Amino acid sequence: MTSTKAHVPAARPSAVHAPAIAVLIVAGGGVALALAALAAAGLQSGGAFIAAFDGVMGRAVRFTLWQAALSTVLSVVPALLVARALHAHPAFPGRGLLLRLFALPLALPALIAALGLLALLGRNGLLADGLTALTGARWPGIYGLEGILIAHVFFNLPLAARFFLVALEAVPANQWRNARQLGLPPLALFRLVEWPALRAAMPGVALMVFLLCATSFTLVLILGGGPQATTIEVAVYQALRFDFDPARAAALALLQLAAAITLGVLVARVPMPVTPFGATRHTRARPSMGETLMHATALGLAAVLVAAPVLAVLLRGATAPLRTLLADPAVINAALTSLAVALSAALLAVGAAVALLSARTPMIMMLAAAGGGGVLFAASPVVLGAGWFLALRPLVDPFEAAPFIVVFANALLALPFALRLLAPGWRASQLRHDRLAASLGLAGWRRLTIVEGRALARPLVAALMLAGLLSLGDLGVIALFGSDAVQTLPALLHARLGSYRTDDAAGLAFLLTLGCLVLLWLADRFSDGALR
Amino acid sequence: MPGSRFVIATVLSLAASITHAAAQGVLTIYTYESFTAEWGPGPAVEQAFEAQCGGCDLRFVSVADGVALLNRVRIEGEATKADIVLGLDTNLTTEAAATGLFARHDQDVSKVTVPGGWTDRTFLPFDHGWFAVVYDTQAMANPPRSLKELVEGDPDQKIVIQDPRSSTPGLGLLLWVRHVYGNDAADAWRKLSRRVLTVTPGWSEAYGLFTQGEAPMVLSYTTSPAYHMIAEGTERYQAAAFAEGHYQQIEVAAQTVAGKRNPLAAQFLAFMLTPAFQDHIAEKNWMLPAAATSAPLNPVFDRLVKPETSLLFSPDEVAANRARWIEEWLGAFGR
Repeated sequence: MTSTKAHVPAARPSAVHAPAIAVLIVAGGGVALALAALAAAGLQSGGAFIAAFDGVMGRAVRFTLWQAALSTVLSVVPALLVARALHAHPAFPGRGLLLRLFALPLALPALIAALGLLALLGRNGLLADGLTALTGARWPGIYGLEGILIAHVFFNLPLAARFFLVALEAVPANQWRNARQLGLPPLALFRLVEWPALRAAMPGVALMVFLLCATSFTLVLILGGGPQATTIEVAVYQALRFDFDPARAAALALLQLAAAITLGVLVARVPMPVTPFGATRHTRARPSMGETLMHATALGLAAVLVAAPVLAVLLRGATAPLRTLLADPAVINAALTSLAVALSAALLAVGAAVALLSARTPMIMMLAAAGGGGVLFAASPVVLGAGWFLALRPLVDPFEAAPFIVVFANALLALPFALRLLAPGWRASQLRHDRLAASLGLAGWRRLTIVEGRALARPLVAALMLAGLLSLGDLGVIALFGSDAVQTLPALLHARLGSYRTDDAAGLAFLLTLGCLVLLWLADRFSDGALR
Repeated sequence: MPGSRFVIATVLSLAASITHAAAQGVLTIYTYESFTAEWGPGPAVEQAFEAQCGGCDLRFVSVADGVALLNRVRIEGEATKADIVLGLDTNLTTEAAATGLFARHDQDVSKVTVPGGWTDRTFLPFDHGWFAVVYDTQAMANPPRSLKELVEGDPDQKIVIQDPRSSTPGLGLLLWVRHVYGNDAADAWRKLSRRVLTVTPGWSEAYGLFTQGEAPMVLSYTTSPAYHMIAEGTERYQAAAFAEGHYQQIEVAAQTVAGKRNPLAAQFLAFMLTPAFQDHIAEKNWMLPAAATSAPLNPVFDRLVKPETSLLFSPDEVAANRARWIEEWLGAFGR
């Protein structure tokens, strides 16, 4: 190759592959290592792989797919309306708070969210009497498929709405301008401008929600009403915990992973949205009265859905001995541990996402898209943790390494969130700034910090925040085998609940929720409305 | 940052190994978290043992619960740092013994006062209790008086139970029903399933739902009301006495093969069956002592349900049948 053709470096400028390849090797290798270690341990102990696939398992597989599919539809379709409403009204009072609220479910341990939902809709919930009067029969609560679905929508509708909002914000300004000048009616605006952006984001978001619901465990058990509502993840947990049958766990995990990869590859064939980057404020035409009413309804319903259980959690905890808890060294210690785990995992996840996005080989882009769809969720933290414990055993004391295992597992699981938040803007910025960067001789790390780092400061902070919150709510792979070296806030909460101290647990849920809201508010201030 | 945390961890573990060498002797005990919590028996037990061992250092390492305890020892294998593992129950001892990681004890088992007596030469009880249906007196005037009444009662009066696949009390109820109904257990479960509000992964979730008022009954222990009466001063939650008897849980400790070489391990097992240890069980672990205490228990314990019949399968029976009985339970719920 000669360097006479000036456009050659400009065509593929500063595509940095090495870090992306490293991330893929570490992430893929990590998952493979965990599964291999489990399988090896199982073969040693003579465990039977085949026994993993019996009739009960067949039922579990069917139920897993069925509830995950329903949960996905119920979360993703309303999320489209909510995201449109949020985008159409970029400045109404309380919008910032609403977006912060939308990030909150991620950080709530499943048990706390379930108790919050039941405080409203349970047999003894706030609404039970009204519902009894309304239906004419004693309100049975929401135990069964309906409870699982409501809880999954509580967790995933706000998440999906945020991702769709990111997609809408990446629509270039001139499209909105043209639409306004043409005076497009709402339906045409949706069909011609909004839908293409949403449709491009749809497969990835839907896959992610689907996999999150498919690997759901605590919620399914608490709200499912009985073992007829069993997911594969429950079987994985049982195999690892009660039976200590690593082979069976590995077989089940492989089944989950194979299904997820199949779905992921299908989704990856739909290209990630690549749109020119545009300033998005105040470019959309003001919606009509009728439209505004529709948007207000969508936002109001979503706000109630998310805020009501959160409020129930806060109200229940407000009467707890908060002062005593705040002065308790165990609580302070757990809060600091949680923060350290969340921050480390978030930095690792966002760093890995940036590395993947900086590479532009089609293969890497496809793998990144699959990752963005959350294929890694299928590996499940329990399986990853267990596998790594077994793999590390000959080398180091795995319990000394427990903090790193927790951070690494959480980072892997937060990676899809980070990718999904960063991808649209990132691609757009790359296209937009390629020529300029090339002409200035900016490449690699320098270009990253000077160009993308500035243009994408807001999504970067948002991605860090989301990844951090996700890790904050995680009970940790450690719960399986135990290590008092990593006592996080959710783990402490469970421990208090496990010793009759329900008031302490309610108080800790209060502190965790409020703490997350404060963190989200700080991140907003810090990044000049990054989440707005 | 992971980097600096690693440095700190290294420094700390170096420091720990230096003090390890300097100490008179160290005894490492693996146990579950609620035992070592500041309100649990751990701190008092540590103080009492260190006062009589002559300058030794007792160190607790805690994990979530008994099942996690066994898994941790299994993962560590012969390299385990545990001298003693404290907190397994009799449903786990056959599997624990099969690992070959535990050594026989030379203690005088006649000191053990657990109903039904004790003969195991490896595992030694430190407390025990009975499973019971705890009910809310404000929501339920006529609690069931037998397992049969629980099974056949009004389906509108719900109970929260735990999953036998992931929880010790859940497994306890499974064994209880099996013990009373024998081969008709599947039928009994089919009937009982109409009264089950939901099946939670562990005791905490079930008890949380119960105290939130979601169901008037929960599967717990005969000693649960003692906590509410002593710590909260309320008589609202009571246990129902069942005519067929109550299924028993016996919590045990054992020394590891490596721990047998540490003279402190045998010393601790002997100490465990003295009042200096047993005095802390009732009001800190909310279980019943497994050996003599120095004084009678708080009078509240006299008011608890005292089963006339203790039901218990041998560890070997449980190990041999657990998988089959769980399948049967799943089938009954599958309908």
